[in-house]
Amino acid sequence: MKKLASILFTFLLILSCSEDKDDNVSQVSTTFNFTHNWEGTLVTNANFNTIQYINANGEELSIEKLRYLISKITFQNTNGKTYIIDGYNLVDVTNNSNLSFSSVTTIPTGDYTNVSFVFGFNNDDNYNNNYPDLNSTSWNVPEMLGGGYHYMQLEGKFIDNTTTETGYAYHAIRAVDNSGTNLEFEDTFIEVNLGEVTITNNATFNIEMNIAQWFKSPNTWDLNVLNNMLMPNYDAQIMIYENGQNAFSLESVTQ
Amino acid sequence: MKKWLLHICIIILFIFTSCTNEPVGEYVAVPTSSPLQIPQLFEENILNPIIPIDNPQTVEGIALGKKLFFDPILSANNTQACADCHAPENAFTDSSRFSDGIDGVFGNRNSMPLFNLAWNYDEKFFWDGNTFGLEHQAFVPVSDPIEMKSSWAQLEAELQQHPEYPNLFQQAFGASTIDSTLVTKAIGQFERTLISSNSKFDNYLLGKTELTSQELNGFNVFMDESRGDCFHCHGSDKNPLWTDNIFHNNGLDETFSDIGLGAVTGDPADNGKFKSPSLRNLNFTAPYMHDGRFTTLDEVINHYSEGLKNSVTIDPLMKKLTQGGVGLTDIDKTDLKAFLLSLSDYEFINNPNFKNQ
Ligand code: HEC
Ligand code: HEC
Repeated sequence: MKKLASILFTFLLILSCSEDKDDNVSQVSTTFNFTHNWEGTLVTNANFNTIQYINANGEELSIEKLRYLISKITFQNTNGKTYIIDGYNLVDVTNNSNLSFSSVTTIPTGDYTNVSFVFGFNNDDNYNNNYPDLNSTSWNVPEMLGGGYHYMQLEGKFIDNTTTETGYAYHAIRAVDNSGTNLEFEDTFIEVNLGEVTITNNATFNIEMNIAQWFKSPNTWDLNVLNNMLMPNYDAQIMIYENGQNAFSLESVTQ
Repeated sequence: MKKWLLHICIIILFIFTSCTNEPVGEYVAVPTSSPLQIPQLFEENILNPIIPIDNPQTVEGIALGKKLFFDPILSANNTQACADCHAPENAFTDSSRFSDGIDGVFGNRNSMPLFNLAWNYDEKFFWDGNTFGLEHQAFVPVSDPIEMKSSWAQLEAELQQHPEYPNLFQQAFGASTIDSTLVTKAIGQFERTLISSNSKFDNYLLGKTELTSQELNGFNVFMDESRGDCFHCHGSDKNPLWTDNIFHNNGLDETFSDIGLGAVTGDPADNGKFKSPSLRNLNFTAPYMHDGRFTTLDEVINHYSEGLKNSVTIDPLMKKLTQGGVGLTDIDKTDLKAFLLSLSDYEFINNPNFKNQ
């Protein structure tokens, strides 16, 4: 057995020696980890289903579901060249899945003036593709609102101003006004900029989302007024977009 | 690393051993592969079905599974087949509220329709998802004390002595000893062929037919977050399964006599949650809900419109609870019903491949 193993090993060594042409180019891979907090306190699905958070407007609330889409991770280097990481990732906090995203796309080591990703899909990605994995998990936006996909689903319960426990479904999509004969859109996907980074090796980006931020600023969110049916609510989508600008931050890069 | 090497060694060993001394003359029938025919709308919109690698679809396996499915030999006193509670004309459920087992004892849950099961990606079966995998599921009813009440040892012996079965198992699996694993594999193969994808609405999406204005408005009610808002849980034109196969409390009760998913996970936050059923074939699957409490679709629609009951685990999507729901207009209700019925697939319930003949 041992002998066989060593024969095999040599065999594999020989195989792996040939045709390896990129030895001198330092291409590295990247991983993006997503963690979540409520004003600094870690939130995982273990903290779901219990009313324990207080938003900026003073409502006590729980989280029962949180999933959101990120796409188009982009590295821009010092001479203006951009590298776009293939694929998108549906972060699913409820099921503790896809909290980490690695792509097969590699990037060269070096200095980058900015790293960014898109919260949601840009319009091109949103409308020009049919994604079976996202359809299978019912991530679509109805055709009557222009189709495409959700950006985020955040759901739970809050104590309303009659002290009744009430559901909320904070769903982010592309803002659309469907009151007239034609749908009127406003872009609400968010380009999240993580800033400069020097890549020397395979790198892991640790990204944080402060969930409280979605209720905080610039718009103090009143769940008593805005708790459900937000998808066809153009103004609410704009507010979500504005509040989301500061929801994400880069905690650290390890490499 | 070590494990990986070991795997390669095993593979190489396999290749070596399979090269030497090929036994000639001992003919083993190889079952004929019969991959699932994936409908166009499924192919275009959703992920591929789940087929376990150790149970590929074969012509012989499917035929055997079908025979077993319709054969009362599976029950203790040979009076009840799977098909008694899962009848083709009812999209493979039954029309009674609770199904009676072989002794006439009733369970406390409504039988479930069987179709598109290979697309249940999480593979959680039953109303409360207590069983993982279709093959495992088939283990349950045979020995369930209020269903078929048989024992696997008894069934295996009976099948082994049967004039036809040993030969059929031989053809399907190349095995002369019949055991429970093979029985459930065959049944699983047959169940995976039960694909429903040919309703009026499917044909509308394929551009082969038109919907009435009622059905179209009903679809809009279904998709409109401020009216029906059914699509978050029950699929859509982009998810032709018409279910998310996920567990929710849709507001049936204030307190639960059957806690559903909660009993499976042990988490009180799951109490009162049941798997969203597919809305295909509602024309054939009454009564509705896990306990069959509603006999008509009107009752179901009234429930969502004004009959919602609050409880701590109710889904956040169930809105306007103080009014019992969103309060659909009479027109929207009628149209929603017309739309729901357009998801019924007559070809499916009449498909001769699925009938005992
Ligand atoms: C006495 C009636 C009865 C018989 C006989 C019966 N079933 Fe069922 N079946 C049910 C009921 C009731 C449920 C739902 C039970 C629950 O959720 O607790 C069910 C659920 C199922 C499901 C789960 C479907 C889903 O989507 O989760 C499958 C699959 C199934 N049965 C297959 C079979 C097979 C195969 C047989 C024969 C071996 C069989 N049943 C025999 C009544 C029956
Ligand atoms: C929060 C998710 C959710 C939403 C939204 C929802 N449902 Fe359901 N639906 C369920 C669940 C879960 C069940 C099964 C509940 C049970 O049996 O305890 C169900 C059951 C049903 C059934 C019974 C099917 C059967 O075979 O027994 C019908 C019909 C139905 N829903 C239609 C609708 C319609 C129409 C809407 C929109 C007005 C809707 N549902 C909205 C989750 C949902």
